[in-house]
Amino acid sequence: MTTSPQNSADSRLPLVIEKNLDRILDTWISELQVDGGRLLNLIRESELREQASRFLDLLRKAIKVAGVNPEKTAAYDELRDLLDELSRSRSEQGFTPTETATFVFSLKRPLFRELKEAHGDNDTTALLDDIWQATMLLDRLGLNTTEVFINTREAIIQRQQQDLLELSTPVVSLWNGILALPVIGTLDSERTQTVMESLLQKIVATGSDIAIIDITGVPAVDTLVAQHLLKTVTAARLMGAECIISGIRPQIAQTIVHLGVELGNVTTKGTLADAFALALKKKRQKVQDI
Amino acid sequence: MSGNEHLQLSISTEPDVVYVRQAVRKLASEIGFSLIDQTKLVTAASELARNALIYGGGGMATIEKKQQGTRTGVCLTIQDQGPGIENIEKALEDGYSTGSGLGLGLGGARRLSNEFEVKSAPGEGTTVSITRWL
Amino acid sequence: MYRIPILRVEEFLLVSIQTDLDDALAVKLQDDLTTAIATHHARGVIIDISGLEIVDSFIGRMLADISTMARIQDCHAIVVGMQPAVAITLVELGLSLSGVQTALHIDQGMRFLRRFLAGRDEEASDERE
Repeated sequence: MTTSPQNSADSRLPLVIEKNLDRILDTWISELQVDGGRLLNLIRESELREQASRFLDLLRKAIKVAGVNPEKTAAYDELRDLLDELSRSRSEQGFTPTETATFVFSLKRPLFRELKEAHGDNDTTALLDDIWQATMLLDRLGLNTTEVFINTREAIIQRQQQDLLELSTPVVSLWNGILALPVIGTLDSERTQTVMESLLQKIVATGSDIAIIDITGVPAVDTLVAQHLLKTVTAARLMGAECIISGIRPQIAQTIVHLGVELGNVTTKGTLADAFALALKKKRQKVQDI
Repeated sequence: MSGNEHLQLSISTEPDVVYVRQAVRKLASEIGFSLIDQTKLVTAASELARNALIYGGGGMATIEKKQQGTRTGVCLTIQDQGPGIENIEKALEDGYSTGSGLGLGLGGARRLSNEFEVKSAPGEGTTVSITRWL
Repeated sequence: MYRIPILRVEEFLLVSIQTDLDDALAVKLQDDLTTAIATHHARGVIIDISGLEIVDSFIGRMLADISTMARIQDCHAIVVGMQPAVAITLVELGLSLSGVQTALHIDQGMRFLRRFLAGRDEEASDERE
């Protein structure tokens, strides 16, 4: 760590914050109005003021207890929690990481101004030391917000990916005991796995013993996907349900043969309608004019 | 650091294989594995534990939580002092068996896990280590 | 020692595995079942595995063996209720149990056996004519 060995007792930082809390807060808010980008369009000033004042208050307490080193000290936990919460909500509200970190960084100017005033003109070394420490501290806290921000975004992306996967694999009940799974779009390995799982789950949930996997909407199939499809069919059979694959496009039929994938005794039909007719026949039922 | 997530079980009887399965299931579900992932991991554990019992004359199972960056996983290591495997490549082939099994044990366990490692030499026992990530 | 109960329902035998199977128990079930088929002249066996949380290669082989042994004894075996996670895992493991008849649940298994045996009886009487 590059912090100077100077301990908090020599630093004026705690005292300066303590003494000028209100003035720092005021200048900070006006800094934020200039630097904060859309901050004030999206957050009410009263709310911002409250966040800023809680931040300052916690910062003051933390410095008092543990000095200016935020690493590994429990004294900063509460402050960090506040920042975590803040970045998380900022991230969800659609702020950029810069805008989020600026909240912390814009405290620098008001703080430095107060430090300068406290030290006067004659003690430049001490002033520089204090400014350096304050910078280090705020930089770390600011970077912290960026990290939390990114993690939050990551979580959102993952959730959306999951939602998308589930959305794209609707298993529908066609008839009493007959399920259909119309697959649309490119099948990658992960998606095929999700498809497979939701189909098997639906088989149990509905007690269906025939499932039609319609791949009319699938533009291409590679070896891995073909194998996944076969595994689905085998797994369904192990559970006691039969799968019919329908809508295999000519190109896909060619690929399957060229790739040397053994479709074995999987029942295939040209169209979903043909597959449905076969399914009804297997169930010894039929649809007729009335 | 994660010493508390570390469990050792000895495998010397058939019910022990079941205990290993249950312990793996417990950890995997605590970590948040989906039912399917749990089942895959537990099945792999069952294959390896049985191998250790039948071919290795018993052994030791170590079950631990693994953390790598943001990834969390379960690592299972099964160690026996048996005769060892002469040709590991061959032992991994499906249908290869020196005993009464189907010969799916080792290869099957590999397919059911994300990371797989075997260390063995004739006369020096066998250690198989598998990891499945969340 | 614990044994898995084998129930008699009409002309069928019903086994429901509700416990974590160790290998010894699986072997005992296989013995008990083949004996019971002979004693009761059972024409069909339903093995309900909906309570099984895993099927590994050993249990998989047991299910396949029971099916074959039953067939040799002129009895038709059907395995019902395999859970999706178990089925996916078995396929990944490399076992497809192609010689084993399956059904979703006991009800469906019964229906299948009745229909199957009726069909076979018909065939037999056709041959006689």
